[in-house]
Amino acid sequence: MSASSVTIPEAEIRWNPPARGPVGMYCLIAAESAIFTIFVVAYIFYIGKSLTGPQPKDVLEVPVFYTVCLLSSSLTIHFAVKFLRSGKVGFFLFWWFLTIALGGTFLVGTALEWRHLIYVDGLTIQTNLFGTTYYSLVGLHAFHVTVGLLALTAVLLFALLGDVKQQHAERVEVLSLYWHFVDAVWVVVFTVVYIIGR
Amino acid sequence: MRLSPIRAILTLCGPAVIAFAQPAGSPFSPTNIFAPASTPAKSIVDLSLFVLEVTAAIFVVVFALLAYVVVKFRRKATHGREPAQVYGSTQLELAWTVIPVLIVVILFLAAARVIGVVQNAEHPGNAIDVTVIGHQFWWEYRYPSLNVVTANELHIPVSDPAHPTPTFLTLLSADTDHSFWVPRLAGKTDLIPNHPNSMWIDPHETGLYLGQCAQYCGTQHAKMLLRVYVQTREEFNRWIQEQSRPAQVSSIVSEGQRIFERTACINCHAVAGTVANGRYGPDLTHLMSRDTIASGAVPNTPENLRRWIQDPSTLKPGCKMPAMGLSDPQVNAVAAYLETLR
Amino acid sequence: MSTESITWATPQAATPPPLVEQLHHWVATVDHKRLGILYILYALVFLVAGGVEATIMRIQLIRPHNHFVSPEVFNRMFTMHGTTMIFFAAMPLVFGFANYLVPLMIGARDMAFPRLNAFSFWMTAFGGLLLYFSFVGGDGLYGAGSAPDVGWFAYAPLTSQTFSPGHSTDFWILALLVSGIGSVGTAINIIATILSLRCPGMTLGKMPLLAWLNLTMAGLVILAVSPLTAAQVMLLVDRFLGGHFFDTQAGGSAVIWMHFFWVFGHPEVYVLVIPAFAFASEIIPVFSRKAIFGYPIMVAATLCIGFISMSVWAHHMFTVGMSAAENTFFVFSTMAIAVPTGIKIFNWLATMWGGQIHFQTPMLFCIAFLFQFLIAGLTGVMLSAAPFDWQLGSSYFVVAHFHYVIVGAILFTSFGAFYYWFPKMSGRMYNEKFGKLHFWLFLIGFHLTFDFMHIPGLLGMPRRIYTYEPGRGWDIWNLIVTIGVFFQAAGVLVFACNLFWSYFRGQVAGSDPWDAWTLEWSTTSPPPAYNFAALPEVKSRRPLWDLKHPEDPDWHYE
Repeated sequence: MSASSVTIPEAEIRWNPPARGPVGMYCLIAAESAIFTIFVVAYIFYIGKSLTGPQPKDVLEVPVFYTVCLLSSSLTIHFAVKFLRSGKVGFFLFWWFLTIALGGTFLVGTALEWRHLIYVDGLTIQTNLFGTTYYSLVGLHAFHVTVGLLALTAVLLFALLGDVKQQHAERVEVLSLYWHFVDAVWVVVFTVVYIIGR
Repeated sequence: MRLSPIRAILTLCGPAVIAFAQPAGSPFSPTNIFAPASTPAKSIVDLSLFVLEVTAAIFVVVFALLAYVVVKFRRKATHGREPAQVYGSTQLELAWTVIPVLIVVILFLAAARVIGVVQNAEHPGNAIDVTVIGHQFWWEYRYPSLNVVTANELHIPVSDPAHPTPTFLTLLSADTDHSFWVPRLAGKTDLIPNHPNSMWIDPHETGLYLGQCAQYCGTQHAKMLLRVYVQTREEFNRWIQEQSRPAQVSSIVSEGQRIFERTACINCHAVAGTVANGRYGPDLTHLMSRDTIASGAVPNTPENLRRWIQDPSTLKPGCKMPAMGLSDPQVNAVAAYLETLR
Repeated sequence: MSTESITWATPQAATPPPLVEQLHHWVATVDHKRLGILYILYALVFLVAGGVEATIMRIQLIRPHNHFVSPEVFNRMFTMHGTTMIFFAAMPLVFGFANYLVPLMIGARDMAFPRLNAFSFWMTAFGGLLLYFSFVGGDGLYGAGSAPDVGWFAYAPLTSQTFSPGHSTDFWILALLVSGIGSVGTAINIIATILSLRCPGMTLGKMPLLAWLNLTMAGLVILAVSPLTAAQVMLLVDRFLGGHFFDTQAGGSAVIWMHFFWVFGHPEVYVLVIPAFAFASEIIPVFSRKAIFGYPIMVAATLCIGFISMSVWAHHMFTVGMSAAENTFFVFSTMAIAVPTGIKIFNWLATMWGGQIHFQTPMLFCIAFLFQFLIAGLTGVMLSAAPFDWQLGSSYFVVAHFHYVIVGAILFTSFGAFYYWFPKMSGRMYNEKFGKLHFWLFLIGFHLTFDFMHIPGLLGMPRRIYTYEPGRGWDIWNLIVTIGVFFQAAGVLVFACNLFWSYFRGQVAGSDPWDAWTLEWSTTSPPPAYNFAALPEVKSRRPLWDLKHPEDPDWHYE
């Protein structure tokens, strides 16, 4: 048996390091941003380089409505978190559900756009460089939206069961950071694909 | 030109070390980067000697410090107390920041200058232009203005430093990445599909210069060897004339030629003036003018030629040429035909 | 100010639980110390695997036109050797030590996200198994399967379906994709732990250098591993969905793969070497009996290195045909990074200056590190001069340079770290005599192999060739290089036996066998699951120095 003794003074100072939840989420956001950056760089690099097949300006229509939906969902989730912080779980539920609905609408919009591109315009991931980079970049974003919606839905289910209370506001806020990130990425993707690249 | 200390050491010791390492009577390494024979290689050697001098000086200083510290500040057995704790020194930190920054600036300027000299060199009108196309695992050479297509052995004229006649190479690839590296002539430049590159050499001495592919390109990357024959103007012109002629085939179609043209050989190989015009493999019009086959892998002897035709994987396993399943008489006939392609 | 004296004891071991239960504890653990040890043991196993692959290659290259293995096998060997050593030996080693040490050194009970920690380890572990499964299950459509053979940086278009049919390349992609997720998870954990869980009083300016260095390393992982993940997803799109990211026939670019890969690849080597600096920064002061010289500058230099390392990547592409302006930029940024790196070497020397140097095994490895890292840095400066790199790039000179860093700097300091922290992790001292034997054997082998490896590069020998021509002057050097391998293998064998034997029979170490100054030495060896009975409060960078020297504590000075 070994023993050691150490004198430990009581903590006298005020000590407020940052909370681990937001720190971890910001790190995840940084990592995901790096992934998106590479896909955006590839997209930009290949603008105008497709040898054959449909070109962006021939087939892309600016998805204004669905963009408004997604960006508004940032606003709704912000309200949801605010209400949860002040303990108004009912309002939180409403705005949270609205967020999911708006995010879901965005995904439906992407699906409709892709159906048109594939079956009417003949643009697939194999068609040309534009097809490859477009579906990869927009698809990667849509994948992140999907994952976000799954997480949001899980929280919604917990909330409907009555398990989400005011003391969980910080954790819910951490999740909302991810959602804001997804929206911010869409701003970039939208600009690159539908404005610069067209 | 002053003889720098490093150059002196290398000049004296280099051959001694290398001669020690090789069997008696053989030459120094034919691919020694410190034996330049062309301007780009020479510029690189000059820069590298400068860099070596600087880094050697740094090494000597820092190593001396390390050795001193390790010896002088060994723990003395009698010493019980902890030594004086020194936490830092702004002046020292400044000193060993500023001095390295200055060294970096000097090295950077030296390197930048040579980059400009090599990469932005002018393309004079009398330059020889060769298009090099890298394949798995051989080299295709085309002289567009001289109407010559050949493979694996590059012939270029020597360049008189007073009136330079450099050779400019345009580097393309038919499949994966390769790299053209003949150390005595220049640094390496890659051949990348869909990304044409360009380099130049102006060898000052005639002779045979060796090298090999320097970017992993697949199974037989190791045997994608380079042979550059630097010839006098007259020899080069003669070679060009011979290479631009179509194949001298006899009017009677030999058995070997018949097999060659009926089997899949012509799908890959070309023999100018006959029906064979495949581009996947080396052009064979003047096969017997080459010293080696299989991109330098083996000497061009009757026996090697027969082995190669019979089954290339015995000489270069993993190369792209398949064994055609020819019988021995068929192999001999084809070889006899190829041996007429001078 | 009131204080409490706390005495605690290592828990009395009752009859040890059954083996199955013990194994279950290891498999299901979320304790950072156990995960750290799992990472380290995992790394050691793959270090040996990579070493076997290297030995096979060196035997094949011992003389020209050798026939020890076929070209296909050789090409798989160098691919697997590089991939194994970087992703499944070096990175797990680095993460293992970070996992074990960071919470202890900042006075925390565990990492910020213990379950994420376990998840990350098992992802990394699975990646390694996936890669090695390719030897068995890699057969593809044309029988062109088995282990990947495209080189560890897998240049396009060699990796396309056209040139690499079958599934060997897919194993490479998936193994790294999976373990990359684990790496990012660990990095997130390290950053959150350091930022959020420091004990009271430990401001960022008071944490041990190891914490700063691991913080920087974790930041680099987050920014650098992600581009590799992205590029590998793109490669999968090309290979399986008919995409054209790197399809030169469709107008795609092979060069863009190189950019994406090296944007990962260069910061990756700093991910590996920065923790090596961390080990040196903890060991050298203790064995010189002096505080680290220039702590603030060391932090600043580390952050500079991390920052600049994101801007140097295309020095791996000097021969690719970038313009003179692009080449010149990367020469500049690469040479610039030499400045903060050199500053660190000077600071370590200044730490030793005026000290009382103890030449035990950890310190021997760190002194050798200083010597070898100096040389490696200088050959790096040579390579940074782009025209010189036009000759030396893709040759054995580069291979010698980076092995000088990875083995000579990273592995040497890692060995030092093993010996230094083994008493803390196991509660027992290793055998010092055999530690020194390991050191000398490995030192001799390392120098035989990697000093002489520079020469064939200078004489024109490219890398990744399964054989070479006689008469190029390369023969004798390859022979010497191969001989060194056996000394290194002997050293590693001595090391493994020493650790194994000492774990069971070594002298009991106590909590602070080295008379050191950072928080991990204030708790028992091995620490209890909760690390510290009460979270300590610190007032300086060396809390134990303050306790041992109450008349002259650090916080009087800095």
